[in-house]
Amino acid sequence: MRYLAVYIGTIIRSIRSLWKGMRITGYYFTHHKSIITQQYPENKATLQLGDRFRGEVVMPHNDANEHRCTGCTACELACPNGTIKIISKWEVSPEGKKKKAIDEFVYHLGMCTFCNLCIISCPTDAIIMSKDFEHSSYDRKSLTKILNKENSTLEKGVE
Amino acid sequence: MLEFSGVTGGIHNWLSAHFGETGTMLMEMLIAGVVILLGMILMSFTLGYMERKVAAFMQLRLGPNRVGFKGTLQIIADTLKLLFKESFAPGTSDKLLFNLAPFIVVVVTMLSIAPLPIDPALQLFDINIGVFYVSSVTSISVIGILVAGWSSNNKYSLLGAMRSGAQIVSYELSAGISLVVIVAFAGSMKFSDIVLSQADAWWIFKGHIPALIAFVIFIIAGTAELNRAPFDMAEAESELTGGFHTEYPGMRFAMFLLAEYVNLFILAGIGATLFLGGWMPFHLWDLEGFNHVMDYIPPVVWFFGKTFFLIFVIMWFRWTFPRLRIDQLLTLEWKYLMPISLVNLILVALVVIMGWHF
Repeated sequence: MRYLAVYIGTIIRSIRSLWKGMRITGYYFTHHKSIITQQYPENKATLQLGDRFRGEVVMPHNDANEHRCTGCTACELACPNGTIKIISKWEVSPEGKKKKAIDEFVYHLGMCTFCNLCIISCPTDAIIMSKDFEHSSYDRKSLTKILNKENSTLEKGVE
Repeated sequence: MLEFSGVTGGIHNWLSAHFGETGTMLMEMLIAGVVILLGMILMSFTLGYMERKVAAFMQLRLGPNRVGFKGTLQIIADTLKLLFKESFAPGTSDKLLFNLAPFIVVVVTMLSIAPLPIDPALQLFDINIGVFYVSSVTSISVIGILVAGWSSNNKYSLLGAMRSGAQIVSYELSAGISLVVIVAFAGSMKFSDIVLSQADAWWIFKGHIPALIAFVIFIIAGTAELNRAPFDMAEAESELTGGFHTEYPGMRFAMFLLAEYVNLFILAGIGATLFLGGWMPFHLWDLEGFNHVMDYIPPVVWFFGKTFFLIFVIMWFRWTFPRLRIDQLLTLEWKYLMPISLVNLILVALVVIMGWHF
């Protein structure tokens, strides 16, 4: 008898819980005016992306055409699929001291999985993830990007 | 008034006047076949669009809204895409069975649509064991699914097919028993008799609680028989990629999809016919004026209204409940639905013998 009571109780409880779920979706169905998805091509101007959205890796430069990359290759080592390649050069300062600097920061967008490990590993915060996501292109070559601008130098105080 | 008796009778008379008896029969079979095929395609388009819109609205999305007016042509665009795909078969598959399986599924669907009374004059095959015929014919579709899974020579397909077999065989029982409830009430297995027996009120109102329990069990077991979520163990895209139709490309995949949607329509149609009166308008016992007003709505509208209501309920299930595990699925059938429907059947027998129903 006790078993029967438990059995029927289970049925009643499960029906109640199922009805709870159905009420929520039923409410959404009848109140579908509050659409939570963004209508992308139409709202291109007002598109809202999350703070942690990962579009592509970029290297910000300040007004004096200076970046913060020391060429330590921490990002290159952290990258799981060889997306980043840093080509360094020797720079001779006016005092005659030789110093290592980046020549080209090569970023293969086509291989990038946007895992964010390079950003985390960077000790000087030289690279960040931008929110630009419209990367489609007819030519694969255009996906290989050099992130540092021409004739850019290392920002003072970043070593 | 939208009546089909004039149309079908007119066609019959015209054919009888111009051809012999055999010719008339052949021509009528041809017309019926073409109408069924067109109806199936139209129905799967409608239900495909409806499903996507219902899903979107329940998840606070917009759904298809680019192709055609509010995305109505999206499903036709998808069909065209499937048409242009290569009809490829895996090299290690059993070619004959692989090609045969979608046809088994579609043929079963076409067979089970035949005795469905859409209108007093729009019923192809009013067999005197209609309910029994439908429940036995629909269970052949499991053979199509098993053949599809076996011949694909793929682990996922075989697992999906085996699950589907276990599922359909077990849920067939409680679905069949809940159909027997209405057969006991109406005293006939003929669909037209069952519909006419609801002329005073539908069985869901006349049959007290037993009919209500049978209705709920029929809807649950029917959802399971259709292999739809929350019982879509046969597909289970998150664990079995696509289940039994993993290897199927192009139009052969579309045939499975077509069969699924038309089966959904048939199941809802049978549920509407047995429990909600089919094409019978909403009548209440002695209210002559009210019944007369209800008669002004054509039977076709009543049938499709009820059917689409049930389809909506089944879609509502799909977009609310999470998928069951295979052991939970079989527990639900053998420990809950099956004993409840058996007790319910005894209750119905008592009600019918004592004449407690209206």
